[in-house]
Amino acid sequence: MTDTNKSTRQVNVTSKTSVSVLFAGDSGDGMQLTGTQFANTVAVRGSELNTFPNFPSEIRAPAGTIAGVSGFQLQFSSKPVYTPGARFDVMVAMNSAALKANLKDLHRGGIIIAGTEGFDEKNLKLAGYPEGANPLEDGTLDNYIVFPVPVLQLTREALKESGLSSKEIDRCKNMFVLGLLYWLYTLPLEGTIETLQAKFQKNIQMAEANIKAMKAGYFFGDETELFANLGRFDIAPQKQHGTYRRVTGNEACAIALTAAAKKSGLELFLGSYPITPATEILQTLAKKKKYGVKTFQAEDEIAGIVSSIGAAYGGALAATNTSGPGLALKTEALGLAVILEVPLVVINVQRGGPSTGLPTKPEQSDLFMAMYGRHGEAPLPVIAARSPVDCFYTTYEAARIAVEHMTPVICLSDGYLALSSEPWKVESPDNLSDIKPRFQQARKPEDPPYLPYKRDDRQVRSWAIPGTKGLEHRIGGLEKQNETGNVSHDPENHELMTKLRAEKIARIADTIPLQSIDNGPLKGDLLVLGWGSSYGAIKTAVEQALEKGYRVAHAHLRYIHPFPKNLEEILGSFKQVLIPEMNSGQLIHLIRDTFLIAPVGYSKVQGVPFNEMEILAKITDLIKEI
Amino acid sequence: MTDNDTIIIASPVHTAKDFASDQEPKWCPGCGDHAVLQQLKNVMPELDVAPENVVFVSGIGCSSRLPYYMATYGVHGIHGRALPMATGLKVSRPELSVWVATGDGDALSIGGNHFIHTLRRNPDLNVVLFNNEIYGLTKGQYSPTSKIGLRTITSPSGVIDQPFNTAALTIGSGGSFFARAFDRDGKYLRSILKRAALHKGTSLVEIYQNCPIFNNAAFEAFATPDKKADNTVYLEQSKPLVFGKDKNKGIRLDGFTPVVVDLDKEGLSTSDLWVHNEADINKASILARFADDRAQTEEVLPRPFGVFYAEERVTYEDALTDQIREAQKNGIATLEDLLKGESSYVIK
Repeated sequence: MTDTNKSTRQVNVTSKTSVSVLFAGDSGDGMQLTGTQFANTVAVRGSELNTFPNFPSEIRAPAGTIAGVSGFQLQFSSKPVYTPGARFDVMVAMNSAALKANLKDLHRGGIIIAGTEGFDEKNLKLAGYPEGANPLEDGTLDNYIVFPVPVLQLTREALKESGLSSKEIDRCKNMFVLGLLYWLYTLPLEGTIETLQAKFQKNIQMAEANIKAMKAGYFFGDETELFANLGRFDIAPQKQHGTYRRVTGNEACAIALTAAAKKSGLELFLGSYPITPATEILQTLAKKKKYGVKTFQAEDEIAGIVSSIGAAYGGALAATNTSGPGLALKTEALGLAVILEVPLVVINVQRGGPSTGLPTKPEQSDLFMAMYGRHGEAPLPVIAARSPVDCFYTTYEAARIAVEHMTPVICLSDGYLALSSEPWKVESPDNLSDIKPRFQQARKPEDPPYLPYKRDDRQVRSWAIPGTKGLEHRIGGLEKQNETGNVSHDPENHELMTKLRAEKIARIADTIPLQSIDNGPLKGDLLVLGWGSSYGAIKTAVEQALEKGYRVAHAHLRYIHPFPKNLEEILGSFKQVLIPEMNSGQLIHLIRDTFLIAPVGYSKVQGVPFNEMEILAKITDLIKEI
Repeated sequence: MTDNDTIIIASPVHTAKDFASDQEPKWCPGCGDHAVLQQLKNVMPELDVAPENVVFVSGIGCSSRLPYYMATYGVHGIHGRALPMATGLKVSRPELSVWVATGDGDALSIGGNHFIHTLRRNPDLNVVLFNNEIYGLTKGQYSPTSKIGLRTITSPSGVIDQPFNTAALTIGSGGSFFARAFDRDGKYLRSILKRAALHKGTSLVEIYQNCPIFNNAAFEAFATPDKKADNTVYLEQSKPLVFGKDKNKGIRLDGFTPVVVDLDKEGLSTSDLWVHNEADINKASILARFADDRAQTEEVLPRPFGVFYAEERVTYEDALTDQIREAQKNGIATLEDLLKGESSYVIK
């Protein structure tokens, strides 16, 4: 194997703390694979990492157009990172559309590595550049450091004796770029070589061609004079010792459901219908049969949740996953789960709405629907994940609450968390909290009759599953008499049951942890209160604000209904509260409504996550006013 | 009756009374639902299944109140969704005996999508479809099985929708069992319910059920003694299709066309007639069309009752269980395996 760690020429290597890179090209250019490989390499080396893919909702959008641009952004660093970077430092643009679509997010003075074949007349026209204009030549990129590289030509030269067809050779061009980036950031090729060998186990010729293209890219960096002034970079890995894995939010949700089933001793049943961006949860669980997981791809969203309610009645850990339009279809069944009082985990991976909206873009606009989107009074717990790894802990917690409090729980994620990934230190089974189902034991004929809606001191009923002798009982969506569960239309009873169902949910506040301050002082001028995927942007912004000496703190809510018991006290410890949300202001309604205070809202409804610069600017403005 | 009747040994442990709950049925006097409930209670002890292992699942409508009246486990769900609820339950608990009580509105209108998909998947459910050709609980609107021209509160000038043909829909959806019975013929209904219970897979039993309030006498042509014999044919496995008061009428297949023949007048014997074969999907499809008003201007063909079609086919839950067993042939993976994943890496 070529020793890629020793360069043939002396090129200056500069140390840096963090770098944000965007790989962008046409949907068919293999940018997701390239970005994933790069991410794996830096992760395995021990860097802190955060990744975010950005691709069109069309499977094959017209080649060369802005609509067809596919990107993979990542930030890797020597210190913890919580976002893929507000702006990127380096952009790989395989064609002119990729450049045009992403240039606004490149730091001024940033590096552009442009595949020159993607800037021919045809591609420039497809990208919508005016006739005769070429950004690589006309000076429009003077504020950036541009490296035009004939990627396709160099790949073809490298592989001309590979025996592959010209189409197959051209498809290796992403590996050339990957090799070049490995050179630029002094990264090893071995991990990707092993991956390619495993991936093309049955096609050695293809494996070798891809490896050769990658090495060609690496040596191109070494040999060309192009990068002589820039030099190379090193981002020293700092991660603590240990075993890690990289997970996306969707994978983490799937692992959490399986873990909760194992820990509780229940069987996992997922009734689901494919919907972007939630589908990977179903896909991941469909592959978990060796853990005994049962997945049911239903005919529609309604059958997805209702089959899960059936499984929950039968004693399974039942779950369903969906995104906004699907949650809308599930609302009637959610009401049924509320009145039946069966455990059910509903994962809603939010996307831009209303209606079909922005299927591949994140938004936090389903909070009201999660809280109130049912007819009648049907309260249920709502919790939200903050990061890809936190999708594991939040989903696990949703399962615990559902089983121990006999209620459906909505667990909110979003399209950003779903697809983003970060390293996760492998968790020990012992660190996971116990989940204890309260099954009702068999009843002897001489025992008093079984009362399905008799409650314990937390107002929770017991779980009597079919097959248990002496507990035969009938329940349903009709209002039921207190304790017996028999159908009742009695006015006073209905009011009592409505109150009991609400009180059961309210008392969950007794079992959840108190709210903590994530960063900053316990008292101060400004509290930034967030929920969901804006965690990384808020965390980074508050860190920077603290460095500036502002008396600002960050608290991030996992438990939205019910709120943690000390939240009012925390809110009262700051002169002002800022609530950034990727919606027109939904959490702010809940906070105002519950605590009768007047926080400041900060909305972004663009289908793209907040970045830390936006939040820092808002913090700075508010601090000046205080 | 059928060959399978002799196989079942009545359970000495349970009686019909053991399957009656303490709740008083709230159906109208004279409603066919009372009769169906009674036969379900009667058939249970013959199935050798303990009440705690039986679950009745239902949707919404008059018939969907049935679970409250059975002393088994029961869930009364939401409109149209009994089948997916029962599927989820059966998939997670294959050892239970799961029954579904549903109606023509619940199963074929709001739940139509679930109806077709459940049939093709074939979970082992016993589906009792009460067809009264009307919406009862909402007080008399036409249903997806109401006949063309029926005047109801929402079709004052007569129904103009082509009705569903339940048998054809079941067979067309890939259902593995279809039978038809009648609320008033209790003994026969009970035998059909037993056949349905013994069938492994989704058994669809359509019961013509009279609604005395909103659609009275909808099935009169098959009920009154003077008309019944000439208007119905009772299917028996390997037996010719003979009917009529004097058992002198039969059905012969002329190519794919069923033809009513008079054995006496035409000098034919029963060996010239169509012999019923439950395993023959083509014949079942033709039988399904007997009820199709499109196929005839008058009720020339008798209405078939009994088991049209029964196919032994793997059930959904068994196929899934097999896949899980295969995935676990080298042992059940542990929580530790799960948390570690398949592509973890060590940082030293």
